Amino acid sequence: MSKLVEVTINDKTYNIPEGHSILRACEENGIIIPRLCFLDSIHEDGNCRLCSVEVDQQHNLKPACKTIVRDGMNVVTENKRIYDYVSTNLELLASNHHFECFKCSREDNCEFLDLLRRYSILNEYSDLYGYELKQTQLNNSSDAMVIDSSKCVLCGRCVSACEKYTGIGVLDFNKRGNKTYVGPAQFRGLEDAGCIYCGKCIQACPTGALREQDDIKVFERAVRDPSKTVIVQVAPSIRASLGEEFGYPVGTNVEGKMFAALHLLGVDEMIDTNFAADLTIVEEGSEFLDRVQNDGVLPMFTSCSPGWVNYLELYYPELIPNLSSCKSPQQMAGAIIKTYYAERLQVDSKDVVSVSIMPCVAKKAEAKREDMGRDGYQDVDIVLTTRELARLIKRRGIDFKNIQPMEPFGDLATYTGAASIFGVTGGVMEAALRTVSEMLDSEAKLIEFKEVRGKENMKEATYHLAGKDINIAVVHGGVAIKEFLEMLKTTDKEYHFVEFMGCIGGCINGGGQPIVKAKDFERIDVIKERSKVLYTMDSKSILRKSHLNPAVQKLYSDYLNKLNQHDLHNLLHTHYKARTAYSEYIE
Amino acid sequence: MRIEKRLDQEKETLLYSALHKVKNSPGPLMPTLQEAQRIFGCVPIEVQKIISYELNESIAKINGVVTFYSQFSLKPKGKNSISVCLGTACYVKGSQGILDAFEDELKIKNGETTKDGKYTLEATRCIGACGLAPVFSVNERIYGRANVQKAKNILKTNPETKES
Ligand code: FES
Ligand code: FES
Repeated sequence: MSKLVEVTINDKTYNIPEGHSILRACEENGIIIPRLCFLDSIHEDGNCRLCSVEVDQQHNLKPACKTIVRDGMNVVTENKRIYDYVSTNLELLASNHHFECFKCSREDNCEFLDLLRRYSILNEYSDLYGYELKQTQLNNSSDAMVIDSSKCVLCGRCVSACEKYTGIGVLDFNKRGNKTYVGPAQFRGLEDAGCIYCGKCIQACPTGALREQDDIKVFERAVRDPSKTVIVQVAPSIRASLGEEFGYPVGTNVEGKMFAALHLLGVDEMIDTNFAADLTIVEEGSEFLDRVQNDGVLPMFTSCSPGWVNYLELYYPELIPNLSSCKSPQQMAGAIIKTYYAERLQVDSKDVVSVSIMPCVAKKAEAKREDMGRDGYQDVDIVLTTRELARLIKRRGIDFKNIQPMEPFGDLATYTGAASIFGVTGGVMEAALRTVSEMLDSEAKLIEFKEVRGKENMKEATYHLAGKDINIAVVHGGVAIKEFLEMLKTTDKEYHFVEFMGCIGGCINGGGQPIVKAKDFERIDVIKERSKVLYTMDSKSILRKSHLNPAVQKLYSDYLNKLNQHDLHNLLHTHYKARTAYSEYIE
Repeated sequence: MRIEKRLDQEKETLLYSALHKVKNSPGPLMPTLQEAQRIFGCVPIEVQKIISYELNESIAKINGVVTFYSQFSLKPKGKNSISVCLGTACYVKGSQGILDAFEDELKIKNGETTKDGKYTLEATRCIGACGLAPVFSVNERIYGRANVQKAKNILKTNPETKES
């Protein structure tokens, strides 16, 4: 245990571990200090000054998040002076804020709004519409995300999050003084600024300045259109996180309620992206075998995570041949919905609205990619993030906690344990190994490949399959991806198969997932808790290997096997293209 | 349509040699940007890209620095730069009027460059010469206790263009 120091806080004495900040010391002892910019180990610059406290009766207030406790220190966190100081700061921030709370993506978990309420801020310096509309307000040309500077409090959390999680640094402060805004250089659109759409900035933002492109309205209109059949698919990790938006503890599985809520929202058919995950494994597994047996390009890289695909296309395009040609589960499901499933339902593909619920903002852009559709329609029409789904449920007034759980209708909702774990880092690899090992060696009895589990940014293992050593690796998060790909240039080790995910922890921690407030972020291991849900689902499944999924088998025998090679490829596989950031020349 | 803007070859070579000199020293960004500004007369995105690649800094960060300091610019500046101080002391003593006068005379707005490329007009914050307020400067030369008339006269005398 570290040494303790004696600190007086508001006239009471506490023993605080050496090295703690005043903020941490207070929070751990139940003393609340307002804070807006501090985000543990991500953003610790101390630029909002809302956490100011009085230290040793010094005249200048000190930021609690940046001041380390000292033996004999005397801290006051509450008095009129501090109250007025914090209030003034909040007044100033408010005067620059564009209040549109009724349609804000953070309508019920805005950290800024919480503080304005707590300090009864009157917003005296600006009226609601007094906000001067800056030209730099809305950066919304990308398919996935929006930066709305009119709601930015310039805390800098997103800038740090982008830097620390992806290592790319798409965002920064531009200009100075009252013209300062956060965004890519020169107000370029995110699609031209080298952004991979991992959405880590959105989750770091204390307000609604960063958000996904909101598609709620499109969805609301689609479910009310009698000429359309709305078919929804839900990604593996939604059920592990959606509950958080309704007060369930992190790590609660709400699968049944989730489907029930979707039913109440008025969708016509529900399928499970898990089903498509099984399909992906069968396709990807065969592709891998083909590459191994026919001297194809190795190592093969997985292609399920669009954030990762963006990363590769932008920063390592020379490695595109290594990327599996398989579409991601979302897109495979979309393609199947618009063809096989539409046929079975006897509706015209053009009258099907295919909706997917995703833990990811990059999925929104993926759905709009060029070869993700045919005959003039896209395979996935609307992508909603977990957060959008939650907002939708709340706005419709559905009492999530009290609805009866429900199973999805439709047989494309059958899935194996292998599909469940797609949502966590290492899961795609493990699922693939289960199937590949059996394809290579029918005697293989392995089910759990524990070496690929866990949170380390890079994991490696070697499996002996059919007389061959197969070297695999699992990598997640932009920083680790870069490290791995650089290492790949120089290493002598031969890798065969590598799983990549754009987000640390995988989809479970995707950029479309519920936002965990800064305070909870410090206390709860969100990735671990959410992952547990998926691993439990897997271990409880009867079928744990993707190729054993009866619905997948039926799909192949009824439909896919009857297609010619070319059509089959078009349906389930895709192409990639090298891109560069800031490629557009603007005078 | 995507058009890659071509940089002047000679200037690009100069930039690379400047980069080579500072690359391995601590904090190479500022000196590089200063050199780039000198070589190109501005630091547009095409130049930022090269610097980003060579110094392994994000373009967003580089642009942040470029747009923060007024010594850097994204578009070429005129041969002569006229700065009018709008710091508190100068402002109180009427420097806004001086700025307006320059705008009228040169037919450009604050921050712009005349069509013939001769003048760039800028408002600045306190330049530390409050004792002489109001103050404006043409290139490196400071004019204190200024007024509108003085400003107009300066333009008439046609301050000799800076050697570049
Ligand atoms: S300065 Fe401490 S929370 Fe912002
Ligand atoms: S205010 Fe103009 S020089 Fe100080």
